[in-house]
Amino acid sequence: MSKTTPFYSRHLAAGGKIVEFAGYQLPLQFRGIIPEHHRVRTTVGVFDVSHMGRIRVWGANALQFINRMTTNDASSLEVYQAQYSVMCYPDGGIVDDLVVYRLPDHFLLVVNGANNEKDTAWLKDHLFGDVQLENVTTEVAQLAVQGPKAELCLQKISSIDLSPIGFYWAAEGKVAGVDVLISRTGYTGEDGFELYIPAEQALKVWDELMAAGKEFEIEPIGLGARDTLRLEMKYCLYGNDIDQTTNPLEAGLGFVVKLDKPGGFIGAEVLQQVAKEKPRRRLVCLEMQDRAIPRPKLSVFANGNPIGFVTSGTLSPSLNKGIALAYIQRESASVGTKLTIEIRGERHQAVVVAPPFYKHGSRKK
Amino acid sequence: MSSIPADLKYTKTHEWVRVEGDIATIGITDFAQKELSDIVYVEITALGKTVKQTETIGFIEAVKATSDIYAPVSGEVIEANAQINKKEGDAPAMVNRDPYGMGWLCKIKISNPAELSTLLDQEAYTNLVQRSQHH
Repeated sequence: MSKTTPFYSRHLAAGGKIVEFAGYQLPLQFRGIIPEHHRVRTTVGVFDVSHMGRIRVWGANALQFINRMTTNDASSLEVYQAQYSVMCYPDGGIVDDLVVYRLPDHFLLVVNGANNEKDTAWLKDHLFGDVQLENVTTEVAQLAVQGPKAELCLQKISSIDLSPIGFYWAAEGKVAGVDVLISRTGYTGEDGFELYIPAEQALKVWDELMAAGKEFEIEPIGLGARDTLRLEMKYCLYGNDIDQTTNPLEAGLGFVVKLDKPGGFIGAEVLQQVAKEKPRRRLVCLEMQDRAIPRPKLSVFANGNPIGFVTSGTLSPSLNKGIALAYIQRESASVGTKLTIEIRGERHQAVVVAPPFYKHGSRKK
Repeated sequence: MSSIPADLKYTKTHEWVRVEGDIATIGITDFAQKELSDIVYVEITALGKTVKQTETIGFIEAVKATSDIYAPVSGEVIEANAQINKKEGDAPAMVNRDPYGMGWLCKIKISNPAELSTLLDQEAYTNLVQRSQHH
């Protein structure tokens, strides 16, 4: 039986087309994927991301534990700072990608909804010393408010000044009179915030946010546009672009892999070897040269030879072109390389482009 | 609730058929366009070809997925809706806006009228859609 988030009644009321995702009943779309996508790129939209997993970690050895379990260096985090990171298996394969928050008395890990149970078990299996861990997914609701008008909109109902919050930093304050954690994060390429709200007060925040955002034409956004927005930024989707068979270096996530951090991390030895020999394949951005839409699992060719496969593909609503992420052999991965993708039995021209596909996002550096 | 007109025939693969003389006009149903959502590209690959019932005659690209179009009846694919089969602009979105009208896809010159009796009527297709929605 699939679960619902605290916002389910609002999704139904807004005419959301409900699908099952990560074990939850969530809206695929409301008005339509394309108009919702443009709304986030031009003004502001709200995503219910309560299906994401939220795990609190605390104790005297919590930092040491997180540093052992994740590839990024959590010791560099200041209180209220967040970082994108990855958890690996000993063979370098990816357990999950996640966001790590350092808060005054604990760490908060935000993981993919579909991996929540797996990640929690993986973390529990590796506990050592004085570390406490609690999965608080059901107690906390999560909203992403994204778009160039996100700050203007959210400021209207926030008790604290949002403008000093930097990208990947957080603060605590009242939103709609409710105590929430407000972070300047998101997965769309636009400026925006994610709100962590006590589940029982979630609807109050939703309703006031929608009322406050009316002048900016705020609207709820479904999973469909969430996918096209993240793909235009080359943000990886677990299960498509990364999984246990891929490693963060070939996925282009080397920027969150600190191979020489003191104490190492699970998977470090294998990844050091991969880094030394260079990954055999790379996750690249491909842009179609004609009106064809690449889809996951399709084959990619260079000079007639198969060299890889598509992991994510769609029509980019911003560029009005087919775009894809694909793992291809390193030799063919440089920007400008012309390749073909077999779509419905026909080879269509594609070119390797530099990430992101969409370069005009309002995201704060 | 999806619109399912009484004067059309339907397939299990969610095409509709309007028969006038020996010409069948074909489209996809309101239910199908809602399932696909934002349609961005339509191509009738079998234009000018003689096809058998249930053969693929083209495809529809929506943002999230690609879907085949199947011939509801055997015959020659004699016309594709030029307004929809455009590679530029948002013309294919007409299939979303008006699936039974301006958003028709193509026409087939029927070679075996007996096949029409194998298609679903409004009641049978309504039952099919209701089952699809409650699976």
